[in-house]
Amino acid sequence: MTARIEARFALARGENRAALVTFITAGDPDHETSLAILKALPGAGADVIELGMPFTDPMADGPAIQQAGLRALKHGESVTTTLDLVRAFRAGDDATPIVLMGYYNPIYVYGVDRFLADAREAGVDGLIVVDLPPEEDEELCLPALKAGLAFVRLATPTTNDVRLPAVLQNTSGFVYYVSIAGITGAATPDFGVVASAVARIKRHTALPVVVGFGVKTPEHAAAIARGADGVVVGSALVDAVRTSLDGDGRATEKTVSAVTDLVSALAAGARSGRAAA
Amino acid sequence: MTEQPKPNSFRTGPDDRGRFGIYGGRFVAETLMPLILELEKEYEAAKKDPAFHAEMASYRTHYIGRPSPLYFAERLTDHLGGAKVYLKREELNHTGSHKVNNVLGQILLAKRMGKKRVIAETGAGQHGVATATLCARFGLDCVVFMGAVDVARQAPNVFRMKMLGATVVPVQSGAKTLKDAMNEALRDWVTNVADTFYCIGTVAGPHPYPSMVRDFQSVIGDETRAQMQELEGRLPDSLIACVGGGSNAIGLFHPFLDDPDVAIYGVEAAGFGLSGLNAASIAGGRPGVLHGNRTYLLMDRDGQIEEGHSISAGLDYPGIGPEHAWLNDIGRVKYLSCTDDEAVEAFQLLSKLEGIIPALESAHAIAKVVELAPTLPKDHLMVVNLSGRGDKDVPQVAELLGTSL
Repeated sequence: MTARIEARFALARGENRAALVTFITAGDPDHETSLAILKALPGAGADVIELGMPFTDPMADGPAIQQAGLRALKHGESVTTTLDLVRAFRAGDDATPIVLMGYYNPIYVYGVDRFLADAREAGVDGLIVVDLPPEEDEELCLPALKAGLAFVRLATPTTNDVRLPAVLQNTSGFVYYVSIAGITGAATPDFGVVASAVARIKRHTALPVVVGFGVKTPEHAAAIARGADGVVVGSALVDAVRTSLDGDGRATEKTVSAVTDLVSALAAGARSGRAAA
Repeated sequence: MTEQPKPNSFRTGPDDRGRFGIYGGRFVAETLMPLILELEKEYEAAKKDPAFHAEMASYRTHYIGRPSPLYFAERLTDHLGGAKVYLKREELNHTGSHKVNNVLGQILLAKRMGKKRVIAETGAGQHGVATATLCARFGLDCVVFMGAVDVARQAPNVFRMKMLGATVVPVQSGAKTLKDAMNEALRDWVTNVADTFYCIGTVAGPHPYPSMVRDFQSVIGDETRAQMQELEGRLPDSLIACVGGGSNAIGLFHPFLDDPDVAIYGVEAAGFGLSGLNAASIAGGRPGVLHGNRTYLLMDRDGQIEEGHSISAGLDYPGIGPEHAWLNDIGRVKYLSCTDDEAVEAFQLLSKLEGIIPALESAHAIAKVVELAPTLPKDHLMVVNLSGRGDKDVPQVAELLGTSL
């Protein structure tokens, strides 16, 4: 189902702007609230939704997304309930692409073939699985492509020119450039370095290139949007969820708007990037 | 030196994708992939370099104090009334456990690669202490990640590491124990890709770690072969070792895998028992993917990792090295399990009979010797790996036995 992804990037390209890719963790802070957030994201300006599948041991994530995952797991979020979220979202929105992002073990334990069939049926468009490099393509990447799901690969500052073709080979949907050598939500990238890295990747692929890790403010989004096809924001949104919670970690009436207000500001930032350039 | 593997051997793994059967592999983030490929290349080059082996041999002799003795435990043997029990005395190594064998190899490799900063994860602190020790010896910066819970319960080792010049980072994420320390070490490595060497403490992690650590630990089994030939004129009949990640066990086992007459037993930590909280990944787990490799893991129905429990902080890990997972599936090694109570009993027994206080980890293996030896004939030669000394565990055992120090 890469059609929704292609259509959405084509739309953004037509408007001469970068797409805004928003990450939230499924089931954070609880299943119902995360469905409400999910449903509100497109209206606030999200072009693509990355839905994090919680895992106990997220080795590429910083504290914000680690804690979001633990909040979700505490309420029993699982692969099954995450696919339920996608299904419920799809009932009201058939255009916004959803990419599941997570780690391999919960998918492996669920069963790869069953997962791919259920994900496709639920309305998932693509997958980003952090701990599956090209060397392990037979595990999930190739079966996913066969099942009609996009498999979005991460390219990083350590991915040199020798390695880049292998990284891009079975990538589909878009390429996710990790702006820093590091974990999610940590350092702010050097935007000049990121721009030249994006240009380098674009010489090797016709796919859209989006940039994430360390993008926190509308100004960051604008800076990335100048050269990239999309901007990913994750930890900042997950932090907005956290700061809206009450003393017992429960959602409040401000939780959904805390996320959508930030998404609106980030969308404006992403849209302003090229106008300002 | 280990002899060349024979065709149809159990000793030729892993394959070029780092797999032992379905286990092992390289399940890491893209940022780390170029680093582990570089490590693999450098290790392959070092393996072929006689100077690397000569340097390692020299430090083994003069710094670690190898070979470690293969000691006939006469009083334990008499007490059990069956098999003749030998102890491979890894607890006599500098720093008090087998961990230093691996760390020496990795630090010499780090030096060769020009790395200035070494990171490590530790549970009980034995690997952290060994890493801090070798970093002090070679003038490298050392950062040890340790779960905040373990920092609190292993205070003497934390102080030892600091005295050796290492920075100890208490890990507050997740469950705050060994698996989280490993997550945090991986996060550090992803962040400091240019100058940092990750010194993993056991036969787990992405390829090439499981086989590289095994190679560095195989000195245990190589020496045992030669020593048993000298003492008894033949190979042992059985080998037994405790298994957390499984580095001391694979070090003893690997040189014997192709000797069909040598029975091999690994002992997992059964904690409160297999129906309760435990750290027996093979007995109580299923295949999954964590920390760069596929192996048996303790996890819930949804693939979320569960906490291991063992009285021994060194066995308290929800996984096991991938080569062990494979050796279990093909039936070459039999994996048993031992509860906290059995280990504490064996800890006391060996102390009283032989004047050797074993680490609680090693006491798990001793407990199974106590079970197996009486069922075997007197000419049966059994080797148990005494992987570490128990000084670090004395306060914990005292408390358990109701003595306040």
